Amino acid sequence: MCITIKRLLPATLLLMLVVSCSKKDSVPGFEGFRKPSHFPEPAYAMQGNPVTEAGFLLGRSLFYDGRLSRDGSISCGSCHVQYSAFSHHGHDVSHGIDDKLGTRNAPALQNLAWYTSYFWDGGVHNLDLVPVAPIENPVEMDETTANVLSKLQSDANYKRLSKKAFGSEELSGQRMLQAMAQFMSMMISAGSRYDHYVNGETSVYSQDEKEGLELFRVKCASCHSEPLFTDNSFRNNGIVSNDPGRYAISFDPADKGRFKVPSLRNVQYTAPYMHNGSIGTLEDVLQHYRSGIHSASQPDPQLQNGIDMSSEEMGKIIQFLYTLSDPAFLKNELLSEQ
Amino acid sequence: MKKNIILPGISLLLSILVLSSCKKNTGPDPNQTGQLKISFDNRAGSSPISLNGPSYTNAAGESFTVSMLNYYISNIALRNIDGSVYTLPADDSYFLIKESDESTQTLQISVPEGDYSEISFLIGVDSLKSTRPVSERTGVLDPTGAAQGMYWTWNSGYIFVKMEGESPQAPLDTNSNSNRIRYHIGGFGGYSSPAPNNLRRVTLSFNGTAAEVRNDKPKAPNVHIEADVLKMFSGGAQISFAASPTVMGGPVASSIADNYRSMFRVDHVHND
Repeated sequence: MCITIKRLLPATLLLMLVVSCSKKDSVPGFEGFRKPSHFPEPAYAMQGNPVTEAGFLLGRSLFYDGRLSRDGSISCGSCHVQYSAFSHHGHDVSHGIDDKLGTRNAPALQNLAWYTSYFWDGGVHNLDLVPVAPIENPVEMDETTANVLSKLQSDANYKRLSKKAFGSEELSGQRMLQAMAQFMSMMISAGSRYDHYVNGETSVYSQDEKEGLELFRVKCASCHSEPLFTDNSFRNNGIVSNDPGRYAISFDPADKGRFKVPSLRNVQYTAPYMHNGSIGTLEDVLQHYRSGIHSASQPDPQLQNGIDMSSEEMGKIIQFLYTLSDPAFLKNELLSEQ
Repeated sequence: MKKNIILPGISLLLSILVLSSCKKNTGPDPNQTGQLKISFDNRAGSSPISLNGPSYTNAAGESFTVSMLNYYISNIALRNIDGSVYTLPADDSYFLIKESDESTQTLQISVPEGDYSEISFLIGVDSLKSTRPVSERTGVLDPTGAAQGMYWTWNSGYIFVKMEGESPQAPLDTNSNSNRIRYHIGGFGGYSSPAPNNLRRVTLSFNGTAAEVRNDKPKAPNVHIEADVLKMFSGGAQISFAASPTVMGGPVASSIADNYRSMFRVDHVHND
């Protein structure tokens, strides 16, 4: 009996190891990047960095790896939490390394391959180059990308995935960024009730939600344009703030206080709202657009006199906004920390 | 009699052949490739720069020391005395000169044989390269490697010229508890909407001495270019360390860019 166990144990361990390895390195039914049929072509040049299973898994591991920060405490996933659509739910601004506070609200991460710029001021224009900004920001991860690489290059997991994805074990900076872009481009939210509705399943909407969508199209969609719910532009929405916004990038005085129009997908889960997280509820957001525009802050011409809507209309718009929720995206294990 | 005519005729013919082939050997063959060196000597006025060393004085009369001086040179083109211009292939045309690393201060490039009398280059990294995916940012352009410190992560783009040091006339910086001066000048003009463009093209004459590039030369000709850091702060707008101790963008950065267009000159050319 004992002998049998002794004999079997190494074999069992080996089997377990093999099973766990193969589990780590593959995802059953992995389909790569697939554009939702009602989405436009992505802005990111997918053909320049095609999503592979190994590249995606490498990117996912990196996204959740605290070693991207100076002291190992902060990963991308620390401030971009899946259950709140990869935003930092409940935080007006996020606390990074040493509990230092940032100055802007961590935005939701979704449908990133369709964005033409990243961050509230649009300072980064290619998905490849997004990760180096938080890595090197002194209040976020406070690390150098070169040092991240030196910490990760000896990791057996990364060596193996790097070889599978890119042909050799070396985790170069280029490979790290490409793998992360592959993972981020797979953060696709296109399964909300809205998506079903526009794909022809009109019965999923109540009468109020239908009316909410029509109101939204008249009152909000000139900036939050469908189907991504952003037109990728920079606008001043009349929030009182000292943040220069887009001006810090362009040095164009007209850009003072302008921020990127955020997508409204999954907006139910991403409170608080606005670039500085200064508004806590959707009701207050709509109230702001109706009557709270700060006229001295050079608001967008479309907002100068506020958005005219009744309380009943606001209620229907909010009901519609809830149909942009995509619970399957929030629970998609493919995107989760393993 | 006949013999007498033929012999001198043949020898004349031979000597013409030899002479002409000799001439052919000394002249440049544009189908052959040779080497050219370009050295950058960083100076403050007439003094060579020494990092963290002696004080220099700017045009505003403020003294300063230099702790860092780095800059990108790209898109090199050379004018031949025959008027033709040779442009270096784009991918071989990015260089990061660092005062702290002597090996970066001399570039060696492969160019067609020729007698070159003028060089032209861009200070900075052109907008096309600045917007390429990460797979095309290798070597000195790798933001995760050699470009570390010369790349703005939050405002994707290279820092074209980075000069840091101290000046007693600069206000005390409480973070570093020093009178630091910092000039980080970049900006390729914006990706999707206009932003400051601090790229500047420099064209420098070799002042009458052509660099003679030949394939069979044991030593490559060397063009010695002087970069005078004082000229970053004078020429057009005069920059004061007291008034602008830190410049990382905005109108003062563009003034410095206008100034640094004139900070380079060819001092001399070595042909052997």
